[in-house]
Amino acid sequence: MRREVPLLICFLAGFFFISDFFIPETHWTEIAHTFNRWAIIVIAFAYVLGAANIVRVNSQVIRRRERDWQYKVVLLSGLALMIILGIGFGIKEGTTFNWVFMNAIYPMQATMFSLLAFYIASAAFRAFRIRTWEAALLGITAVLVMIGRVPIGEFLWNSFPDLVEWIMNVPQLAAKRAIMIGAALGAISTGLKVLVGLERTYMGGE
Amino acid sequence: MASAGLIGTWLAAGLTLCIFSFLYRDNPFYKFAEHLYVGVSAGYWACLEYHNVFRPNLWDPLVRGDLILLIPFALGLLLFSRFTNKLFWLSRWAMALIIGIFAGIAIIGYGTGDLILQIHANLLPLWTGNWLESMNNFLLTIGVITGLIYFFFSKEHKGAVGSGARIGIWFLMISFGASFGYTVMSRMSLLIGRVYFLLGEWLHLIQ
Repeated sequence: MRREVPLLICFLAGFFFISDFFIPETHWTEIAHTFNRWAIIVIAFAYVLGAANIVRVNSQVIRRRERDWQYKVVLLSGLALMIILGIGFGIKEGTTFNWVFMNAIYPMQATMFSLLAFYIASAAFRAFRIRTWEAALLGITAVLVMIGRVPIGEFLWNSFPDLVEWIMNVPQLAAKRAIMIGAALGAISTGLKVLVGLERTYMGGE
Repeated sequence: MASAGLIGTWLAAGLTLCIFSFLYRDNPFYKFAEHLYVGVSAGYWACLEYHNVFRPNLWDPLVRGDLILLIPFALGLLLFSRFTNKLFWLSRWAMALIIGIFAGIAIIGYGTGDLILQIHANLLPLWTGNWLESMNNFLLTIGVITGLIYFFFSKEHKGAVGSGARIGIWFLMISFGASFGYTVMSRMSLLIGRVYFLLGEWLHLIQ
């Protein structure tokens, strides 16, 4: 029950999904779609599980008055506020839920990511010390793409944007394709190992 | 409505400044905004899942009498057994369903969407009559083949294989550099957007 049932469920769910591609027959497709729909529902529960875990971990910190516990109160208040607003009053445009998204979540998210502009620059300074030919290639390409994507690039040399376009469409694309093909082969082999039960780490080590 | 907009602008500006304060050093304003962000974001995604997945796919059909959906409902509830040591193993049933479907998606999705399409897109003529286009096609072919040689670890990178792998590294470095440059520029545009918001929408210093 502890090992065989999950292995069977995993195999059947994957098997019907794959065979639906090769056997486009109505009943078969229906079974595959049913499994797919069930997985979507279970994933929705996983989101709730994630939120429940946040509550559990942070409420423990508050109860024990651990370091920075006051901020955990802010975190849980924010979570509770959004759930009350979203489930109680809806999520459509014009609702308070949407107002909080536009005036709190969106600006905070954009600012968090924009902070990286500063740290990525200092990281680049440390990482781009050109010691080898390969490091030089990386650094020079990065600088060319950065300059070519702003108006000063075109101001310096008319064809700068064309050069960047060529870098993106030829050498960059070639390496990206190699990565995508390699990753696809890896994902397919891992998927097969999971379905036949050779890869079982999702069961917690057993 | 106008006052809601004004309060919203001030709230957004305040939270933006709280997060920018991290540039000085870690401080209570940043910590406040950081924790608030985690809380409201988790609530936001939970509500989206409730309205877009849970209700239309589970709750509404169940109320209409589609009782077969009690199976995924029960599997979903089993996920919460992870909180108990004794019944932890039951959560594997729900995890197995998710992993099984994702394994299927990986095999079919990556096979048809990435593997076949990328190989097909790279089957290019090496002479087209136009020397620039021919050179580009040649570089694309060499780049993909040498890049794949670099990722082939079953054979030691020596001799011809080693030379191929080395050329593959050059292409990969160009790709990483381009991706890095792109990422920097996207972060810069976000930064410009935030500064524009503070100076324009909030302080009205720029139009």
